[in-house]
Amino acid sequence: MGIRFILMVNKQGQTRLAQYYEWLTLEERRALEGEIVRKCLARNEQQCSFVEHRNYKIVYRRYASLFFLVGVDNDENELAILEFIHLLVETMDRHFGNVCELDIMFHLEKAHFMLEEMVMNGCIVETSKSNILSPIQLMEKTS
Amino acid sequence: MGSQGGIGQSKEFLDLVKSIGEARSKAEEDRIVIGEIETLKRRLVEPGIPKRKMKEYIIRLVYIEMLGHDASFGYIHAVKMTHDDNLFLKRTGYLAVTLFLNEDHDLIILIVNTIQKDLKSDNFLIVCAALNAVCKLINEETIPAVLPQVVELLGHQKEAVRKKAIMALHRFHQKSPSSVSHLVSNFRKRLCDNDPGVMGATLCPLLDLINRDVSSFKDLVVSFVSILKQVAEHRLPKAYDYHQLPAPFIQIRLLKILALLGSGDKQASEQMYTVVGDIFRKCDSSSNIGNAVIYQCICCVSSIHPNPKLLESAADQIARFLKSDSHNLKYLGIDALGRLIKLSPEIAEQHQLAVIDCLEDPDDTLKRKTFELLHKMTKSSNVEVIVDRMIDYMISINDNHYKTEIVSRCVELAEQFAPSNQWFIQTMNRVFEHAGDLVNIKVAHNLMRLIAEGFGEDDDTAYTHLRSSAVDSYLRIIGAPKLPSVFLQVICWVLGEYGTADGKYSASYITGKLCDVAEAYSNDETVKAYAVTALIKIYAFEIAAGRKVDILPECQSLIEELSASHSTDLQQRAYELQAVISLDAQAVENIMPSDASSKEIEIDKSLPFLNDHVERAIEKGAQPYIPECERSGFSNASYLNSQDLHDVPPPHGLRFEAYELPKQPSVPLTTPPISIGSSNELIAVPEPAYDRGNQAAVSVPSSSNSGPAEVKLRLDGVQKRWGRPTYSSSSPSPSAAPSQDTVNGLTVSNGATSVTPAISKGRETTYEPTRKSQVVEISPEKQKLAASLFGGSSKQERKSSLGGGHKTAAKPSGGHGAETSVKKMAVPAQQPPPPDLLDFGETTVATSGPLIDPFKQLEGLLDMVEPTSSTKNHGDVNATKVPDVMATFGDTATAVEQGGNHFSSIEDVDNLMSGLSSATTDASSGGGIATPQSTAHISKGPNLKNALQKDALVRQMGVNPSSQNPNLFKDLLG
Repeated sequence: MGIRFILMVNKQGQTRLAQYYEWLTLEERRALEGEIVRKCLARNEQQCSFVEHRNYKIVYRRYASLFFLVGVDNDENELAILEFIHLLVETMDRHFGNVCELDIMFHLEKAHFMLEEMVMNGCIVETSKSNILSPIQLMEKTS
Repeated sequence: MGSQGGIGQSKEFLDLVKSIGEARSKAEEDRIVIGEIETLKRRLVEPGIPKRKMKEYIIRLVYIEMLGHDASFGYIHAVKMTHDDNLFLKRTGYLAVTLFLNEDHDLIILIVNTIQKDLKSDNFLIVCAALNAVCKLINEETIPAVLPQVVELLGHQKEAVRKKAIMALHRFHQKSPSSVSHLVSNFRKRLCDNDPGVMGATLCPLLDLINRDVSSFKDLVVSFVSILKQVAEHRLPKAYDYHQLPAPFIQIRLLKILALLGSGDKQASEQMYTVVGDIFRKCDSSSNIGNAVIYQCICCVSSIHPNPKLLESAADQIARFLKSDSHNLKYLGIDALGRLIKLSPEIAEQHQLAVIDCLEDPDDTLKRKTFELLHKMTKSSNVEVIVDRMIDYMISINDNHYKTEIVSRCVELAEQFAPSNQWFIQTMNRVFEHAGDLVNIKVAHNLMRLIAEGFGEDDDTAYTHLRSSAVDSYLRIIGAPKLPSVFLQVICWVLGEYGTADGKYSASYITGKLCDVAEAYSNDETVKAYAVTALIKIYAFEIAAGRKVDILPECQSLIEELSASHSTDLQQRAYELQAVISLDAQAVENIMPSDASSKEIEIDKSLPFLNDHVERAIEKGAQPYIPECERSGFSNASYLNSQDLHDVPPPHGLRFEAYELPKQPSVPLTTPPISIGSSNELIAVPEPAYDRGNQAAVSVPSSSNSGPAEVKLRLDGVQKRWGRPTYSSSSPSPSAAPSQDTVNGLTVSNGATSVTPAISKGRETTYEPTRKSQVVEISPEKQKLAASLFGGSSKQERKSSLGGGHKTAAKPSGGHGAETSVKKMAVPAQQPPPPDLLDFGETTVATSGPLIDPFKQLEGLLDMVEPTSSTKNHGDVNATKVPDVMATFGDTATAVEQGGNHFSSIEDVDNLMSGLSSATTDASSGGGIATPQSTAHISKGPNLKNALQKDALVRQMGVNPSSQNPNLFKDLLG
């Protein structure tokens, strides 16, 4: 299993989206998110976009005030994950148009739906934006 | 769509989201959420909640859990929502349960039924939603309930369903491989699916399967290679492109699979060479994603059967990564170097300075990666420098997880490559001193064993010397405050065994120290036990030697205290101590022979010396003894275990054959064997590593007596010390040809890096005009470090031999080292390097900031109007403006109410005045995001100028105080 979790957290350390691909209890999640965000916030822009944390490797990328954090296994291609984050943002951007933090907050479920299309069982399964978005668009049409 | 709520989102919901968004602290957020929990608890029990309303409640529950609070009171409502007929509601219900429940939750059983029903639905979107849930919620026990349906769906006409079905099967395989073992052929079948999405997804389970069992998938090599070829040749639909690269994520996964299949299989590897080589050549090395694919290629090349040409390309790419300014690329470069180094050890040398830069970089991630690399290239000639560096780093960090890891690495390297016993003991002392609690207890036992037995030499004086130096070092350390327990145990044991052995210290001195330890660590019973036993030994040796024993008063009081201890173990030891003191020399000699710790004690478990006594007792009518295991009836497991314990020799990680032996160098596979012996000069080059290793081993003991401080790698002042053992070329080395000595000599005189005339072993010998002038500029510290890590540069040019004597002479690698270092020296202070390739937002654009009136931007920001159909596609660089059908979503009323603050009126005015943007609120667009209306009314796509402006705007907003949290509106891709 490559991807263990995907988080979106803002500069103040507030979680905006969390999707875990392995089960962690509420307390574990809370602690983990706090530790990771602290680590990532302490880093500057020149430094690597990768951080080790416990058994995870965290790949993170910052967009405006929002951090996208992906926890992966050790044998994952970090740079590819970094680009996967960008693909995710591009996809959300295509859907929302000039996506911003508030879009994700108001449409939390849709952001999750996109992730559900892109990642299953911790693997990247779909990278075509139209394939990712079409179920969501169809759903919106019918309801 | 814009940043505001869509159809049906109630004001209550919008307000909640807004207040969470504007919360300034975690505490404030918690307050909001706790209030929300109360509200929802009340609301959810109300009868007749409309479905749409319920959906909102569920999303609010998701918020509660996401922000770290318990929402279990509402789980059941999410479960119920999965029953709904409306697709949107159903999917939201499924989403919520997958977020809330783990697969063993009691409520799952209620969902399984719904899932079964939905898997049969005619609406493929419902089937997909159910399959998503299957992937998250089905556990080993419930697999059979859905398996047949999932298998059936593998043949569904919709590719989206097939894709999710294959992933559901993948999930079952992860959970319980046996449940789907008969279905493996399905994975193979789906690999040939017409839809590239299904094919791409199928690679995930296949990668897992191949990881477990390579051999049964060898037949697929041809297929994978041909798929990869087609992907690389751009045969997949454009939609899979990412930044002009054809389906990079699929390429990466295929390369991972090929790496597994080709590992140690020459025949399979040969089929891959062409395609991997093609990708190397074709990949766009200027984009992140291109580099990600290239990196994966390097991983593949270093895993499969080596091919000289590919290795050369890989080495070139690594060089490019390492020279890059981007830390991410450097990181990958270091990682890749660590992979390739197994195949061509000489490749590291041309990058020595880059590696050292990374090692000294303040970026922790890079540093750790570099330590990983060093760990891989440790040999006996550089172990001291590397381990010292590791320990220094270990001392400097707080992260216990990583500390433990690095400690175990240090110990492993020290045990494997220790150049001398003294060094080993000193290194272990440092490790124990700073991270004793993180060290495996076995390591301590190994250390004691080593001190007792030495490295297996027969030389008695070496023994004695080793022990006395250990005793010396422990007596120095023992006073330090707060030593780890494990370390104290070692110290006590060693002092007890050998404290008085060489006569340097008196018994009363040692016993005094031991009593101090027992007193200082009075709540650590293990340490106390070790200390008392050590006391027993000291006194016993004294008595046996016929000396008079004075018991120190503090020792006396310790004994008294311990004889009344609550711990029976300590009590026993205290009484034993008293008993030993009262015995005569002969008895003591028998029970406590001197220096017998490493003697085997043979125990005859049948206790024959009791036979007489037993027989007499039986004659007198006593019952014969029945062993416990026979008494209790069942063959006692614990008895067996205890036997095992005695029979199995304790595992030891120590290598007792002393140093790394000067073995025949594992010459890179490409080296033609004939070169050995053909000419003196030809052998000279590959030899040095081992030759030096040997030298180091010989010369080190004398140099490293001087205590841990001495070995420490400090960059100021101590430089000479690391270089020396490696470079004492005056000491004749057994295997060195005379010509090589001169090479070494030259290296030394030149400051040990990158200057040596490039000698490419093999058919071609090229001499690089000396670059001394530049080398002077390399900081001497770095040179020294490089020298001690990489064992000098005489092997530098070996890289060129890789390609079998390719004409690389024109571009000497010596130059690289010099270049990097020149740059290093020239710009030490000029900090901000060119903007990181990877950083997308918020850089560079400072200049364009002032161009825009901040107030206008603010107005744009606060304009809450719903967006219009001008949604752009950022991904397409050609910026075709395809109006998004789905974009019209506007609920202006809500929006105005939302953003309805004192700015809204101004906004209208502004709209009128700006004239550029359409006059209607609808068209003003931007969805309340940071689109500067006056400037960016036309394209907000990937237009560079626009992006810069937006960025500037975003920066402005960051500093302009506002009643709202401006960050929330920042365009993420801006």
